[in-house]
Amino acid sequence: MTYTERYKGPKSLTQKEFTYCPGCHHGIIHRLVAEVIDELGVQGKTLMVAPVGCSVFSYEFFDVDGTVAPHGRAPAVATGMKRARPDRIVFTYQGDGDLAAIGTGEIIQAANRGEKITTIFVNNAIYGMTGGQMAPTTLVGMKTTTTPYGRNPANEGFPIHVSEVLKEITGVAFLARTKVSTPQDVNKTKQLIKKAFMAQINNVGFGLVEVLSTCPTNWGLTPVESLKWLEENMTKEFPLGVYVDKVGDIK
Amino acid sequence: MSGKVMVKGTEAIAEAAIRAGCRLYFGYPITPQSELPEYMARRMPEKDVNGVFLQAESEVAAVNMIYGAACTGKRSLTSTSSPGFSLMQESMSYMAGAELPAVFVNVVRGGPGLGDIQPAQCDYFQATKGGGHGDYRLLVYGPESLQEAVELTVKAFDMAEKYRNPVLLLADGLLGQMMEPVEFPDFTDLEKLEKNSSWALQGTELTRKAHKVTSFNIDPVGLEKMNINLQKKYAEMEKNERMYEEYMMEDAEVVIVSYGTIGRIAKSVAKMARNKGIKAGVFRPITLWPFPYAELAKWARKETKLFFTVEMSAGQMIEDVRLAVEGRCPVKFYGRMGGMVPTPTEIFDKLMELV
Repeated sequence: MTYTERYKGPKSLTQKEFTYCPGCHHGIIHRLVAEVIDELGVQGKTLMVAPVGCSVFSYEFFDVDGTVAPHGRAPAVATGMKRARPDRIVFTYQGDGDLAAIGTGEIIQAANRGEKITTIFVNNAIYGMTGGQMAPTTLVGMKTTTTPYGRNPANEGFPIHVSEVLKEITGVAFLARTKVSTPQDVNKTKQLIKKAFMAQINNVGFGLVEVLSTCPTNWGLTPVESLKWLEENMTKEFPLGVYVDKVGDIK
Repeated sequence: MSGKVMVKGTEAIAEAAIRAGCRLYFGYPITPQSELPEYMARRMPEKDVNGVFLQAESEVAAVNMIYGAACTGKRSLTSTSSPGFSLMQESMSYMAGAELPAVFVNVVRGGPGLGDIQPAQCDYFQATKGGGHGDYRLLVYGPESLQEAVELTVKAFDMAEKYRNPVLLLADGLLGQMMEPVEFPDFTDLEKLEKNSSWALQGTELTRKAHKVTSFNIDPVGLEKMNINLQKKYAEMEKNERMYEEYMMEDAEVVIVSYGTIGRIAKSVAKMARNKGIKAGVFRPITLWPFPYAELAKWARKETKLFFTVEMSAGQMIEDVRLAVEGRCPVKFYGRMGGMVPTPTEIFDKLMELV
């Protein structure tokens, strides 16, 4: 009996088992990034910078040269790499606490320099690794371990809209917000990630894709409930769409 | 070598770094060392250099750009002054943990806090005893002159690569701002440097396994192993890299121990003392870590009446002097703070009170 192989993992992912919780979207997003690297044929010249947070281990999951930056500093580390080796493809993979709280300065300044790097920004509105504390993107009223009565704007302010802030920055070449909660979303997100990489490959500027993601463990919901919650709440607060596209059509 | 030229301290260090093969500079302006980034901004784009100058948005960003550049195995430099160096400590620790080579310059100014912009040596503890979190060490050089600063800058790059460790040049505002004739070394062959970075993140080219360079290991057994290896490396540095100068020490009964700018001033003080019939000499540590304990301890003998430590601080290096002397001789101190530079006469008068 002969078999036809129809489904296999991307080359740019290692065989290491993911450390992510059931229902978390990091795994899907990792796979999409790896597929894009494969399809662009750049695995051998890609350098990646992992953040501090749940995806701290991502440097072990991507089969490319990689490091872990201090919390929030991945865009500065990636800047140093890219300036040292402009012929390399450099990307950061960051969560909302890393990118939108402690690392706000680094992401805005890297974007503003039009740094030829790509950032994958996973926004699940909560701190995962440290156990479910409030993130800068936590929704108003949302309960976390540090907002046990719900996020109160009078005390904690409002969720920060990273894509809306970055779209005003001239150095940004590609910027989109997306989600991976349906097969259609997954396919679309892959194309957006590819474009964010093309922004640096074509030397246009800084590329970022914000992916709305679930955190069933810290949201206290099942994976299926989490998907529903994301659709009903996250997409209202964080509208999906392509915010900046200076890359144009890609094949 | 190309003959002597008259240069400012910060610029001498910058040019020496370029001669040593540094083509990446990231920094943030701060007095009294802003002439260093300004020099790099002019010099890096020039044809014979063809390097990168980038003004970062903060010292935090600057040190992380250095982290990234160092990951690729290229020679990179940042410079700052005291408050800025405090901001860099987190990443210094990460770089030491990830074993990343780079050269740092701290042109020390008066502290604590915002302090002032005058010369000081009050960051000795920070430079030699840690500064950031975790068990790590930096190789620390304290030059006394611009020529020595130039030579130590070149050496710092070689050592950073040899040990895959951050190296610090600890200068002070006086060294940074003064002008002296300096002879620069020839340009380093960049192609020869390539072979030193086979460990680096440069892309697998699909011909090797991916390189992972981090200070991270979630498994305590693994992390302890990583620490043991680091400590072995630091022990090697302690064994091999101690540098110091002895000045009129053969028959010395009074040992003045000072480093950097004050080490140089101390030589004038020793001469003044000898004119008064006091057998004084100077022991000047050049590596502040590793501190030359054994070499200094040798002078803790019965002929020695006094160890006299002089610093532009409240007394920081004196703790290492005491560790070397181990109570065998009296150890006294004179220091000025807040950016005040003591004159030779002032130090001499204090010495005369003590003897």
